[in-house]
Amino acid sequence: MSASTEELKDQHEGRQGLSAKDRLRASLTPPPKPGPSASGQPAARRRLIGGAAAAVGVVVLALLPLLNIQLPGILPTATYQPGALQLMALCMLMGAAALTYHLLIGVAGLLSFGHALYVGAGAYVLGILLERTGMGLVPAMLVTLLVVVILANITGAVALRVSGIPFAMVTLAFAQAGSVLVRRNPEGATGGEEGLSLNTEQIPAFLVGVSNTRNLYWLALAVLIIVFAVVSWIQNSRAGHLAEAVRENENRVRVLGLKPYLAKLLIFVVGGTLAGCVGMVHLLLQSGAVPRTVSADFTITLLVMVVLGGVGSRWGAVVGGVLYTLLDQRLTVLAQSEAIQSMPALFRVPLSEPLFLLGTLFVLVVLFMPGGLAGFVRRLSARTGGGRPRKDPVKVLEQAE
Amino acid sequence: MSTILLLLVTGIGLGAVYFLVASGLSLIYGLMGVLNFAHGAFLTLGALIGWETARIMGADSWGGFALSLLVGCLVGALLAALTEFVLIRPLYERHIEQVLVTVGLNLAAIALFEGIWGTDPVFIQGPTWMGMTTDVLGAQIPNHLFITILVAGLVLAGMVLFLKRTRYGMIIRAGVENRSMVTALGIDVRRAFTLVFTIGGAAAGLGGVLASHYFGYVSPLLGGSLLIFAFIVTVIGGLGSLAGAAVASVLVGVLQQFANYYWSIGDFVVVILLAVVLLTRPSGLMGRKVATA
Repeated sequence: MSASTEELKDQHEGRQGLSAKDRLRASLTPPPKPGPSASGQPAARRRLIGGAAAAVGVVVLALLPLLNIQLPGILPTATYQPGALQLMALCMLMGAAALTYHLLIGVAGLLSFGHALYVGAGAYVLGILLERTGMGLVPAMLVTLLVVVILANITGAVALRVSGIPFAMVTLAFAQAGSVLVRRNPEGATGGEEGLSLNTEQIPAFLVGVSNTRNLYWLALAVLIIVFAVVSWIQNSRAGHLAEAVRENENRVRVLGLKPYLAKLLIFVVGGTLAGCVGMVHLLLQSGAVPRTVSADFTITLLVMVVLGGVGSRWGAVVGGVLYTLLDQRLTVLAQSEAIQSMPALFRVPLSEPLFLLGTLFVLVVLFMPGGLAGFVRRLSARTGGGRPRKDPVKVLEQAE
Repeated sequence: MSTILLLLVTGIGLGAVYFLVASGLSLIYGLMGVLNFAHGAFLTLGALIGWETARIMGADSWGGFALSLLVGCLVGALLAALTEFVLIRPLYERHIEQVLVTVGLNLAAIALFEGIWGTDPVFIQGPTWMGMTTDVLGAQIPNHLFITILVAGLVLAGMVLFLKRTRYGMIIRAGVENRSMVTALGIDVRRAFTLVFTIGGAAAGLGGVLASHYFGYVSPLLGGSLLIFAFIVTVIGGLGSLAGAAVASVLVGVLQQFANYYWSIGDFVVVILLAVVLLTRPSGLMGRKVATA
């Protein structure tokens, strides 16, 4: 409970004399690791095994477009064909989006209902720039990034003046304003309810067309890896530790003379910016942006993903995002199937609504599997005796208030 | 002048709908600390079943309309009581998870309604008189607004009487103020939980039927957009404050109508109002003090 606050106190005392620039640099470097202890050896080995497993996983994912693997029921086509690649790329993007939301709720304990605003801003601003200005893809992406950073700074600075449920409501209201703006279709820029279709004139040829889906797949994989790396880096930096300490006990952090506000703002802006990056690639992958990416529903979807995976766990967020997207897609296909369409209405109606099944699954997970998948794994490893001590997702969740 | 009067009454009518949704949200949050996302589902089901009832009874008869109000109210109350009993109670004192359960229920319920009733809005009608207008000082005011405002006024009066004059009302007020103290006095505050959920659901069901007459249609998506504004109203008024919810509902409704008519930016004005209120008075217009960052 107080480990991270103690650590912060030590750090803080050593940093009194630093200039603002040095302080910023110091806040983004990881704190010194405690010296080797009795438990240090197995922990290091486990980290090595974990790293190796992740590397193998990345290589396998990167090779999938070149292999011919059939997974009937899970993927629509063989892994090298566009149908499956599109779905897998979408899953990875949603995993990355869930990861950016994890940064808010799992690290800083910020329950935001407006995270979709930044995903939508990334998609729409890039789409509009490509449509209206004739900029190249890379300059347009950089401008979009700048816009999202500014947007996240302004909205975050205002919203973080309050905390708890009022914070959730202010973020919800900002996102709602964005959603209304997009649906209003000012000067035909956003395409209103129809959405905005991607103007492919300025996009390099290798990212356009069904036959190039595998390039988009690799792009999505790269986004997932980059987002994971940045989130890990921020979480392990001093600022991340400060944010975690704020989540655990904000008053104590304040008593130590540290500023919770700046740490929370940093996390909020980084989360928003990464979400904007995910939004940009989402635009390229889906060849357009739809108003749903800005809606409160989308933020709630991200929340559901993170909770399914287990709050506070990075891989949990990714798995939650992937699982949710996969289920959503496959249940939609299943709903059209002969087996379900021939059932009596009593079964057919609920079974042909993917969101009904997903909502029910979510309720059941919250009721009977507290902590989601990560909580389940934690209990499992606690029962077998092995495993490192993990954070309890149930506790992390309660601290979010 | 007549335009201003018309906008004012339409705004108050919209505020009345907001109040019916927001009052329950505010009481539930005040007593239990749960932001109830399933409120939109209570409202939507009330509206849908209310319309089905009215259609069977004859949509243009007063009996059909009155029965649709009653049925909408009962359906909302029943669903809310069931929600509290089955989903909220097992997660006692785990507030965030209670919120998550209501989020999941809302997802599932709205999807189910879409499966049953379809996503397209169904245009509805009430008794002929409600579709007509009355001339008040030159303004042609739609008659259904009078009924909406009257019902919301009655609900407000009923809730105030209940909270001030009955023993259960007293327990609820005390619970909003200091729940652990009420528990320490040996009162089973959980029965009050079911009660506020039922009352909130009943008001939301009524609000659903009236909202469908206000907007002229029913659809499974009716609750979603109303819920967001009801949240905003609840926060502006101060979480847990019934009077705050009433004042904020009318304020937001009227402001939205005027801003929409003159500059068509009603939704933005509401968002700005929320930001301004929260930044100057983080606990809302009439809420108790809360900690700020």
